[in-house]
Amino acid sequence: MLRIPCPWCGERDEIEFRYRGDASVARPAQDAGIDAFTAFVYERENRCGWHREWWLHVGGCHQLLWIERHTLTHEIRAAGGPGDT
Amino acid sequence: MMTRLMPILPKRSGGSQRKAAASGRYSGWRLLLEGLTGQRGWSHAWRKAAPRPGYRVVIVGGGGHGLATAYYLAAEFGITDVAVLERGPIGLGNVGRNTTIVRSNYFQPDNVRFYDYSLKLWEGLEKTLNFNTMVSQRGTLNLFHTEAQRDLFVRRANMMRQLGVDAEALDRQSVRDLVPLVDLDNGRYPVLGGFLQRRGGTVRHDAVAWGYARAASNAGVDIVEHCEVTGIQRAGSRVTGVETTRGPIAADTVCLAVAGHSSRLAAMAGLRLPIETHVLQAFVTESIKPTLDVVMTYGAGHFYISQSDKGGLVYGGAIDGYNTYAQRGTLPMAEEVAAAAMTVMPGLARLKVLRQWGGVMDMSMDGSPIISKTPVDGLILNGGWCYGGFKAIPAGGMTTAHLIARETAHPLAAHLNLERFAAGRTVDERGVGPFPYAH
Repeated sequence: MLRIPCPWCGERDEIEFRYRGDASVARPAQDAGIDAFTAFVYERENRCGWHREWWLHVGGCHQLLWIERHTLTHEIRAAGGPGDT
Repeated sequence: MMTRLMPILPKRSGGSQRKAAASGRYSGWRLLLEGLTGQRGWSHAWRKAAPRPGYRVVIVGGGGHGLATAYYLAAEFGITDVAVLERGPIGLGNVGRNTTIVRSNYFQPDNVRFYDYSLKLWEGLEKTLNFNTMVSQRGTLNLFHTEAQRDLFVRRANMMRQLGVDAEALDRQSVRDLVPLVDLDNGRYPVLGGFLQRRGGTVRHDAVAWGYARAASNAGVDIVEHCEVTGIQRAGSRVTGVETTRGPIAADTVCLAVAGHSSRLAAMAGLRLPIETHVLQAFVTESIKPTLDVVMTYGAGHFYISQSDKGGLVYGGAIDGYNTYAQRGTLPMAEEVAAAAMTVMPGLARLKVLRQWGGVMDMSMDGSPIISKTPVDGLILNGGWCYGGFKAIPAGGMTTAHLIARETAHPLAAHLNLERFAAGRTVDERGVGPFPYAH
């Protein structure tokens, strides 16, 4: 069971959240071309290690947040809201 | 008669050191003979090969797909200068972690044809490999609980039948006769009927790994265990070999068959794949008398169950739902799967769960596998199996071997190329779009 530190609600069980995927993916500029958009939509680094990812706190404050989680140990070392870096 | 042959027996101490060569032909007659002579004639099922400096083909990953690819390369395409490199021992990865189900009840016509080819190869596999893989065509039954769901299944069944693949709709009474433990009238999701593919069933997963390893080894393939690939060598845009924990190995063609870890290996060649790695759990209960003689899936939640020949009920559900390389599951999904089990078969509440485990999968962005050339010349990818890799082992191996030997895609796997994502030809079996964690 992950315990996810929501910046607004504090540490909560993972069942309150919905996973929204890799947070390192950024939408390219409108004229960036097909390769950039293919990479944006489909390609992922899928790292075995530290991974920044979006979670939605659907069972709590309904805010979108990111965490940095290790994909092998599941340790969480950082969290923040969409505007935080 | 189901005879079960042990592929590896410990060497007896004190006896003359037997050369671990070819394991000979397995047969009922030989089993009887060995039984009368103290079981002393068995040898290792496959040679424990040390890596040579170079091969025509190096296959990374000694799981089902890697071993099957090696076997078909040797047996069907005459290429025996092949090594299979496995990080650990054979059989401890996903080929030994799945729920052993085989079926071809897909909807997308290309997928139906591909998986039915696989099912046909399963049907003859024991003869092909001379190994008892315990292929059991006990049928796969999908329950449906709403009229809309029935319509979807009927559409799928019609598509399959048009392609010459067996599928039939069952009414409530037929479902009751087939699976008496199912609570047809449960208050929340009453069962309206079922969708049966009689040719589906189960195959002993470990025996698949052992059988392909033995047959490939007998055909001249080197199966190198405890040899982890740490780098992929390139000269310009062409692959030239791999770096391993047992030294560099040169190769004209390198094939990645490491589903779960495809992204990590591809990154060694500078590639990013349309894949995320997720964990899928499986469970097995204590052994009970025969109670379930089909593979059954629940339609109102993600749950599938069958009974192993040992008597344990083997079941599983959906992926945990977030990127992970940890081969273990977390409790929320274990609880969700157990809840689905209770809803559809309340009698299961009386059983204890004996074991739980997890395997990490390549969840591809369209839910379909990838058997493809890559932008690196000579680097072939077999991956992206989501949680459907086991049933596809024979077809995956055959079509990957075809791609390596003939350098063109096998007609049945041509739609599984890597370019489909950029070209907008994704094979979206479930119709949910590019969300790997939603499959």
